[in-house]
Amino acid sequence: MSAAASAIETGALVKRGSLRRSRRWALVWSYVFLIMFAVFFLMPPVYMLIMGLKTSAETAAMTNPWWVYHPTLDNFIALLTSRTYLTFFRNSAVISLAVVVISMLIAVPAAFSLGRMKFWGSTTLAAGVFLTYLVPDSLLFIPLFKIMAWVHEHTGITLLNRWWALIIIYPTLTVPFCTWIMIGYFQSIPKELDEAALIDGAGYIQMLTKIFLPVALPGIIAATIFAFTVSWSEFLYPMAFTVSADQLVLPVGIVTTLINGDVYNWGQIMGACLLGAAPPLIIYAFLMDYYIAGLTAGATKG
Amino acid sequence: MANGIAAQPPAVGAGRRMTMQKFMRRRSTTAFALALPLILLISGLVIYPALFAVYLSMLDRTMEHFTGLRNILFLLHFDTFWMVVEQSCIFAISAVFFKALIGFVTSHLVHNLPPKGQRKWRGMLLVPWVIPTAMSAIAWFWLFDPQYSAFNWILHKFGIGPIPWLGVTSWARFSVILVNVWYGAPFFLIMYLAALKSVPEQLYEAAAIDGASWWQKVWYVTLPMMRNIIAITMLFSLIVTFANFDIVRILTAGGPVDTTHVFATWAFSLGIQGNNIPMGASVSLFMLPILGVAAFFILRDINRRGSTA
Amino acid sequence: MAQVMLRKLVKNYDETPAVRGIDLDIADKEFVVLVGPSGCGKSTTLRMIAGLEDITAGDVLIGGEVVNDMPPKDRDIAMVFQNYALYPHMSVYENMSFGLRLKKVPKDEIARRVENAAQILDISELLQRKPKQLSGGQRQRVAMGRAIVRDPKVFLFDEPLSNLDAKLRVQMRTEIKKVHQKVRTTTVYVTHDQIEAMTLADRVVVMNGGNIEQVGTPNDLYHTPATKFVAGFIGSPAMNFVPCTIEEAAGALRVRLSKDLAFPIPQERTQRYRALVGQPSLLFGLRPEHITEQRPHLESNQHPFEVELEVTEPMGMETMVFFLIEGTELVGRVNPDAGAQAGKRMKLVADLGKMHLIDDASRRVL
Repeated sequence: MSAAASAIETGALVKRGSLRRSRRWALVWSYVFLIMFAVFFLMPPVYMLIMGLKTSAETAAMTNPWWVYHPTLDNFIALLTSRTYLTFFRNSAVISLAVVVISMLIAVPAAFSLGRMKFWGSTTLAAGVFLTYLVPDSLLFIPLFKIMAWVHEHTGITLLNRWWALIIIYPTLTVPFCTWIMIGYFQSIPKELDEAALIDGAGYIQMLTKIFLPVALPGIIAATIFAFTVSWSEFLYPMAFTVSADQLVLPVGIVTTLINGDVYNWGQIMGACLLGAAPPLIIYAFLMDYYIAGLTAGATKG
Repeated sequence: MANGIAAQPPAVGAGRRMTMQKFMRRRSTTAFALALPLILLISGLVIYPALFAVYLSMLDRTMEHFTGLRNILFLLHFDTFWMVVEQSCIFAISAVFFKALIGFVTSHLVHNLPPKGQRKWRGMLLVPWVIPTAMSAIAWFWLFDPQYSAFNWILHKFGIGPIPWLGVTSWARFSVILVNVWYGAPFFLIMYLAALKSVPEQLYEAAAIDGASWWQKVWYVTLPMMRNIIAITMLFSLIVTFANFDIVRILTAGGPVDTTHVFATWAFSLGIQGNNIPMGASVSLFMLPILGVAAFFILRDINRRGSTA
Repeated sequence: MAQVMLRKLVKNYDETPAVRGIDLDIADKEFVVLVGPSGCGKSTTLRMIAGLEDITAGDVLIGGEVVNDMPPKDRDIAMVFQNYALYPHMSVYENMSFGLRLKKVPKDEIARRVENAAQILDISELLQRKPKQLSGGQRQRVAMGRAIVRDPKVFLFDEPLSNLDAKLRVQMRTEIKKVHQKVRTTTVYVTHDQIEAMTLADRVVVMNGGNIEQVGTPNDLYHTPATKFVAGFIGSPAMNFVPCTIEEAAGALRVRLSKDLAFPIPQERTQRYRALVGQPSLLFGLRPEHITEQRPHLESNQHPFEVELEVTEPMGMETMVFFLIEGTELVGRVNPDAGAQAGKRMKLVADLGKMHLIDDASRRVL
């Protein structure tokens, strides 16, 4: 009996050892591959930084492109004192903030109405909201261009080549998905909570502001981040609708203005990209969980 | 008291139907009012322009004469159009395939790590998705640059190259796909990681006790449990990739000789730059069928989920 | 004055009836429990009283006033939900005072009322906590506190204890009863647990399939159930039912359960059952606690019989014995020292003074 027990024990010991070893190897290989993928994924931003720190002379000398021999902040200083670049930045910032506010003002009440209150046709509308999210900007930019021209012809209001006109257009990109996220969040709140509020004497607006908004705060943060990053990154609409240097937003400004002719100042361009990518990256660094919650909300909620 | 009650019901009953209706009406009026801005936005800036695009596609170049399907028929007999169709399909399908593959592999790698380190790696690997595409595309453009190319510099050290990354059709097609995969794979990683986390650990334990190998666990447990999310993520990505504009526009602007154009960039070249709005509208409308098919499957999935919930 | 009355109350969900026209009078200060299996319409009834569900037909009266069209907030009611429905972002104090704040009650009045309620429920130290930091039992108290603070005409409870574990449930049950004795507010309480119903209620309303089966005090329901459903629903383990016939022999009646087994019917019931002689589809009903082990002296209506035991389940203070009569399984409760053993024959005693006769066609107790 005891012999059998000890045999089992030693057998188990040997097995356990090998199991642990194979686990460790699996982990080592995981790290090896992850490092390879990380190199691939992080190469462009790192490259932006390397180039941004180089002088034009060093770039032109065609030394090792992956190393900075004489790092300098000149490019960043030049950018941050350049009227043009700061205008791009301001345009982007004002547009994005305005679009975030507008998007939330439209999306949150609509989501409350579609997700919680229901009215005739509200289910169809909820599905329709989702469908609009699937309609891409590349399908709409031509008719929108024409509509803006038409508005100018008939009312005298100029929308084309005006940066603020983008504030009207961008919500088409943000509102459907924000609404969709918020519907999901609102629906995950137990029904008894609004019944309790009804019995406590709250009206529908009070229910929204006093109960649903605070409880769905993570969803609101996620939707806000989404709206901000989308407006900050949008490229096609400003590319199609704005031309003059003082009307451009960052992505388009960098592409069209800083790259002029054959004289590329790549140090500045890369620095501009890095600074332009900073706001979404900073938001992401601090609010990663909300950012990811917003991303996965589309498929796992609602 | 009892008397009073007996007397009341008929009178109150009559009055009730009125207030009842009023109550219900007020509730749905409030609901409708709350949704109204959304309805206006969608109908004014999405549905109306979409229909307007159909109308625009039926005008001639001067936009003064109605020509019916002439633009569409013209495109169908135009070689460049068929090349764009082909390239759009190659671009979207191969990009989505590799995004899904890389996403699947990396999500498993991250999932294998001890829980403490997962956050850090996940955070690092999602960076491409966070950087505005226009800006990362510019960095890629410079990485691909024939003269100063950082890639060719490395390849040169190994005695390979130089490779004309964006200068020759085949390489240019490869490059735009590569950048799209780089940008989109992290999204798949996040979605698949969320799906992996939702598979109950007991299933793996049960499979292990039943004697399943690592591969068998992936095949019989992970894949079936993730099937829905894999499908919906790929459909989403297919739509977005198919309609992609910025990457191709910045890297190649459609060149060399229009061979890397996708629908969006070609529509832009024809419509905005070439000042032929009806033709641009016609091209962009060809995206509708594929979008419609994808939307159909996504909606079906959502409805099914709605009915089981 | 806060009596609640239901008059021919009907609720249909898209043509599917949930409540089929019930009448009920609940007196001021009374504690009434609606009990029944899931889907019997008890929760729907409660929600119609609360105003959370619109009424298909009939009337709900609170304090003598028809409230069918009043929104919930004007009905002056308070409700305790199954999952507590505490506002997760508010502290206990804010949760309890939310309704009063919406009504713009003065601050010091709110403070007074909340503190009073907190004292009754013994949650004074918890007032600054968030719901997340509370245990299940504490959340339940807060939910009740929120109701008490409003000093409403009627308390409504919707299965408030079913999310608690068994031990806590018993504890909170006593708690609810104590609170009611202190505040004496008319209470309508919904549960599927007949023990909860029996222990809490002044009167129990047994519902089934959208109808009221019987209304009565807990003892009424136990001793004189009106229908087969009530007889089977109240009491645990459930009453035994065996098909039987009534025979008459020499002026005395006997109830025959099988070829070999018949019991004499007590003298005082002869009159009541005489008309049933020979009638088909009769059920003999007897609670498990009225089938016991053989004892030295039997009361007048106790009659011994012998069966082979199928299964025995020792419970400690007693042992359940299961046996078959004509293919129907019966349960008895015997003394654990009586030597009950599965597969053995055992002498048992049936107390016929506690028997019921049920017409299986009309499902009425006769």
